[in-house]
Amino acid sequence: MDTSTPEDAELQAQFDATVAADQRIEPRDWMPEGYRRTLIRQIAQHAHSEIMGMQPEGNWILRAPSLRRKAILLAKVQDEAGHGLYLYAAAETLGVDRDDLTQRLVDSRQKYSSIFNYPALSYADIGVIGWFVDGAAICNQVPLCRCSYGPYARAMIRICKEESFHQRQGYELLLAMVNGTDAQREMVQESVNRWWWPSLMMFGPPDGDSPNSQQSMAWGIKRHTNDELRQRFVDMTVPQAEVLGVTLPDPQLRWNPDRGAHDYGEPDWAEFKAVLAGSGPANAQRLAHRRRAHENGAWVREAARVHAEKQAARKEVAA
Amino acid sequence: MSPHAEEEDATNAYQSLSETAGIDDPRWAFGSGFEDVEAEIEAPLPAGVDAADLAEYCLMLGDDALVCAQRIAEWVSNAPELEEEVALANTALDLLGQARVLLSRAGHVEGAGRDEDALAYLRSEAQYRNVALAERGDDLDFGVAIARLLVFTTWRLALMSRLLDSRDPVVAAVAAKAVKELTYHREHAARWAVRLGDGTDESHRRMQAGLEAVWPFVEELFRTTDVERRLVAVGVAVDPADTRAEVDAVLDQVLAAATLTRPDRAPMGLLGGRGGRQGVHTEALGHVLATMQSLARAHPGATW
Amino acid sequence: MIPADDAPAAAEPAAGETPAAARRGWPLYEVFVRGKRGLNHVHVGSIHAADDEMALHNARDVYTRRNEGVSIWVVRADHIAASSPSEKDPFFAPSADKIYRHPTFYAIPDEVPHL
Ligand SMILES: [Fe+2]
Ligand SMILES: [Fe+2]
Repeated sequence: MDTSTPEDAELQAQFDATVAADQRIEPRDWMPEGYRRTLIRQIAQHAHSEIMGMQPEGNWILRAPSLRRKAILLAKVQDEAGHGLYLYAAAETLGVDRDDLTQRLVDSRQKYSSIFNYPALSYADIGVIGWFVDGAAICNQVPLCRCSYGPYARAMIRICKEESFHQRQGYELLLAMVNGTDAQREMVQESVNRWWWPSLMMFGPPDGDSPNSQQSMAWGIKRHTNDELRQRFVDMTVPQAEVLGVTLPDPQLRWNPDRGAHDYGEPDWAEFKAVLAGSGPANAQRLAHRRRAHENGAWVREAARVHAEKQAARKEVAA
Repeated sequence: MSPHAEEEDATNAYQSLSETAGIDDPRWAFGSGFEDVEAEIEAPLPAGVDAADLAEYCLMLGDDALVCAQRIAEWVSNAPELEEEVALANTALDLLGQARVLLSRAGHVEGAGRDEDALAYLRSEAQYRNVALAERGDDLDFGVAIARLLVFTTWRLALMSRLLDSRDPVVAAVAAKAVKELTYHREHAARWAVRLGDGTDESHRRMQAGLEAVWPFVEELFRTTDVERRLVAVGVAVDPADTRAEVDAVLDQVLAAATLTRPDRAPMGLLGGRGGRQGVHTEALGHVLATMQSLARAHPGATW
Repeated sequence: MIPADDAPAAAEPAAGETPAAARRGWPLYEVFVRGKRGLNHVHVGSIHAADDEMALHNARDVYTRRNEGVSIWVVRADHIAASSPSEKDPFFAPSADKIYRHPTFYAIPDEVPHL
């Protein structure tokens, strides 16, 4: 950080005091350049994740096995579009433009959550995604409702309200399925087996391997460490799994009375890194899909813009 | 900051979660959005109305909405802009909601124990009663999608606004809600038609092509079936032929504003005197249903 | 969901590095909603739209899910005059009537330098 002039030092001190007092930083406030850049990156990638997250679930809307499930899934995926929209808007308060961020996504210059690089292979996945992925999102995002950047915090409050529905609908679907046929029960267990470890990876690498976490915590844009959030998720999920009668695929998973928490096994961090680097089961497909949609929409966006200009010009002539 | 202080924070989302956790939140689609209607699904058959006719009529109106919603849902994650993503999903959800009540009513009136899902998932193409326009695919071409939506919603709004006084309480209740929804959908489609028609050269060309693509299916919308004729006589149905003038007028107005030309295309003909309302469909419906029904049919007896 | 890569933030764009390039996107609108009679309109967020009509339509879809009986205002973000919350406002700049957010003012160069 450049605090070379007295004015800068004073601004920095004001900023630090605001964050330390748990007050919000607002768009026109002075902020350190690193803070701004970190926020843009985090919020944009968060927004991209909401949008990319529409794909695995969108894959099942046309085939939803009842009309009620179809309505629920359609509404859920629609919510995710809304989340992306709120988050892009929060990023835009930092002086970037949604179009540019979208371009960065389709050019692979910005990332999105790796969890969406796994395929949704059965309808049980719709339940498990709601239960695990939206559940993990809640663990991650609820603390962000109090993050130091005002527009991000406000977007998160709105989003978190909807995420609770998402987790609930997923869990409710799984309850119906485990009380259904043997084939449905098998489908649920198979899906849990596939999604458990990737879901744990959603919280990021272990704290020791997470070099930027410290700074983000000091800035109030991250409030708990990766491992703390992962632990919270595990502790929350274990009793829910018992109610469903499914087994979480981790032989080391057990209650530790000394810690007052569950011990659990180590995710395969090599897989995590590989998916992050682009070689997950669905990376190429997801990105190609998003790029195609964006490019196929270009003529439509352009037409609306040109029409608005024509209308404005006509108004001017008429006036 | 202590954990306790965190709990008391007004912006704490955990608190917000509990405040909004009710599953009957109207914004959320656990139900069809027709909760007040659902109580009436079991309303008795109006006097003088043939049960088989009413069931058939509910299938016609319900299948139109269901198949069209399925087509619109193909756009999820493919819309030209995020805001449009939300708008299209809303439209599909509204139509799906209409379909669910109408199919439920059909099942109840029929009296054979079939519910909305049995009717949606376990009928073959020949048992579907929708018009061909609803099943027309668009290959994710926004021009075709908007043309289909414009014609479909203009026509359906004209139908529904004439069904507000239907002697069947469920049809009337669906119409009351559908009129508001379809007014919104028609407005959405019309504005897009104007933007595309009066946008760039490319968008003008593609919007016109979209209209040309759906135009052969327009004629069928105004064909009156025997079932409708009998139900008009007892005050339950509307004669679709009566909507023609309104539909024409609305479309002409939109096309003029959009600098588009009314297509001059030969209407799609009937097969042995039969069309969609009699279960004779285009090849497209088989694919729509194959996708839609595959999972449900693979698990007979399952509950979801 | 936030990607968990914890990559360094160096590759993010800085605001105002280059003048606005030809933009293809729709302009940004701020959305204000009055949820009930007797209340003020409050800012709820923003959306993009090509024109005012589309902005109202999109705002209704996104922020009210078409709840009837609410009143919506939309206003182009670049038409808003705003004061600064803090007296010193060196980052977002000199003029007092500059809007509080104005993405079209900033452009991200294709090749963003790693500052
Ligand atoms: Fe979300
Ligand atoms: Fe979600």
